[in-house]
Amino acid sequence: MAERRFEISRIPGFATVAVATFVMLYLPIAALVTYSFNAGNSVAVWEGFSLHWYQDAWNNQAVKDATARSLIIAVCAAVISTTVATLAAMGTTRRARFRGDTFIYVAINQPLMVPEIVTAVALMILFGMVKEATGYQGLGYLILAHSAFCIPFAYLPIRARLEGMDLSLETAAGDLYATPWQTFRHVTLPLLGPGILAGAMLAFVISLDDVIITEFVKSGGQDTLPTYMLGQLRRTMTPEVNAISTALLALTVVLLTIFFLLTRKRE
Amino acid sequence: MSAAEDRLTRQSARNGWLLSAPALVLLMVAAIGPLVIIIIYSFLTPGQYGNVVWDFSLDGWVSILFTRDIFDGTLGLADAHLTIFWRSVSLSIMTTVVAFALGFPTAWFIATRPARQRAMWLFLITIPFWTNLLIRTFAIMEVIRAEGVLNTALLWAGIIETPLAIIYTDVAVLIGMAYVYLPLMVLPLFAAIDRFDMRLLEAGYDLYASRWQVLRRVILPIVKPGIVAGSILVFIPSLGAYVTPRVLGGGKNMMIGNFIELQFLAGRNWPLGAALSVTLLVIVTAALLIYVRAANRGSNPHG
Repeated sequence: MAERRFEISRIPGFATVAVATFVMLYLPIAALVTYSFNAGNSVAVWEGFSLHWYQDAWNNQAVKDATARSLIIAVCAAVISTTVATLAAMGTTRRARFRGDTFIYVAINQPLMVPEIVTAVALMILFGMVKEATGYQGLGYLILAHSAFCIPFAYLPIRARLEGMDLSLETAAGDLYATPWQTFRHVTLPLLGPGILAGAMLAFVISLDDVIITEFVKSGGQDTLPTYMLGQLRRTMTPEVNAISTALLALTVVLLTIFFLLTRKRE
Repeated sequence: MSAAEDRLTRQSARNGWLLSAPALVLLMVAAIGPLVIIIIYSFLTPGQYGNVVWDFSLDGWVSILFTRDIFDGTLGLADAHLTIFWRSVSLSIMTTVVAFALGFPTAWFIATRPARQRAMWLFLITIPFWTNLLIRTFAIMEVIRAEGVLNTALLWAGIIETPLAIIYTDVAVLIGMAYVYLPLMVLPLFAAIDRFDMRLLEAGYDLYASRWQVLRRVILPIVKPGIVAGSILVFIPSLGAYVTPRVLGGGKNMMIGNFIELQFLAGRNWPLGAALSVTLLVIVTAALLIYVRAANRGSNPHG
């Protein structure tokens, strides 16, 4: 019998716990996905493979409307938050420290720190007043709220990318009589592109996933996919919810994979 | 400082503020500003049908802990509120402990994989981290519900004869929160262990330390900033949790987040809801300050 090498970094039991943890992490998701393909209308008894819950979800007008609403809000929130986050990242990186830069940094990251339920009730009160005063009930409130809490998620990857870029190319452009705008447009922006795209994707995913703030800010009949799913809890759950979850899950995994490819450090 | 440098600094500050202005305005309108309203509302009088009456009152704050007797007007401790606070705090602490017990070996396992595999294992932790919280809560519900995967498996194996009643209990909320917040524990722990110099283990073993002694005396003290960071990152969202207790607690087993909602949506007592929100905010901020201090210490190993 070969002598077992004494491995320095091995701690007995750790690998077992780790593998068990990975199984526990993915088993529920696997169950959720599996039952979305169930032929029967139970989320507990397997009655054969079928795609009809996907069809049902696809043909359900409420789901269609919620999907459209989710996508509109997520696209608007991603575009707005990424735009302002890009500007803010340009304003807070690669320059001499100035009075208040810590304040800006903390303010931008504030949505990460405040419990969502607190922001949600605060926005409900504020927007409630505005709704009463103006009579406007549209999606604008949700877009505004989502744009705000997506800012840190857009900001962080853009900032990370900017910090990795040195200023020599921009200095060279300036030496060649490019205006600040030309330098930004033709030098900084193309270099920053992957960071901006990564930030926009995170913002999109975060907006698409939001439950709490949406639940409190939305006006009547403005369900997004997550709040629609939360609403289904009051009824008997059918695998339709699993089908919607699986579709959202697949979308998230695809976007995340792209995100990781974009932000991967060059080897 | 020379005049030129001074001008450069001032220009940097002006551009910095100008470029950040749109983001700051948006945040002031839809994230930071509304918090001020919450603070003001906590000092007002509840309206008859929800909302508030603009009369100054401390009742919102008093009723966090006390209730006024309807007959003689004396103040007594509000037991129902205390139960909810205790449940929130104890469940959040237990969630943190469970997440650490599972997360530490997992983070160690990932950090000690060969470099090529490490990214893959890390990606496996990151996917659930970015997956919709509601979907993950539904997923764990699929496992622990009465006719769920767990009960079906246990019944089939003959280990139990009647299904375990886990769902809609505090245990269900605990399992759910540990499940959804686990990645928040693993990621900072991994970052700390990844920086850990494995030669220290060699030194420990050379000095005749046992595995247990090396773990307790060498590894844990050095990765402590990561442990603090991970614990706080799990504790904070647990304390403010809303979705998981609502879905898995079934409405009865409320935590602070659901209790706040109740004050607003059932239209019962907006000032109390506002005072509770401010309290939650203060606790979370205090926890974050501890986190920032731990994180700073982590980046400076000799500090």
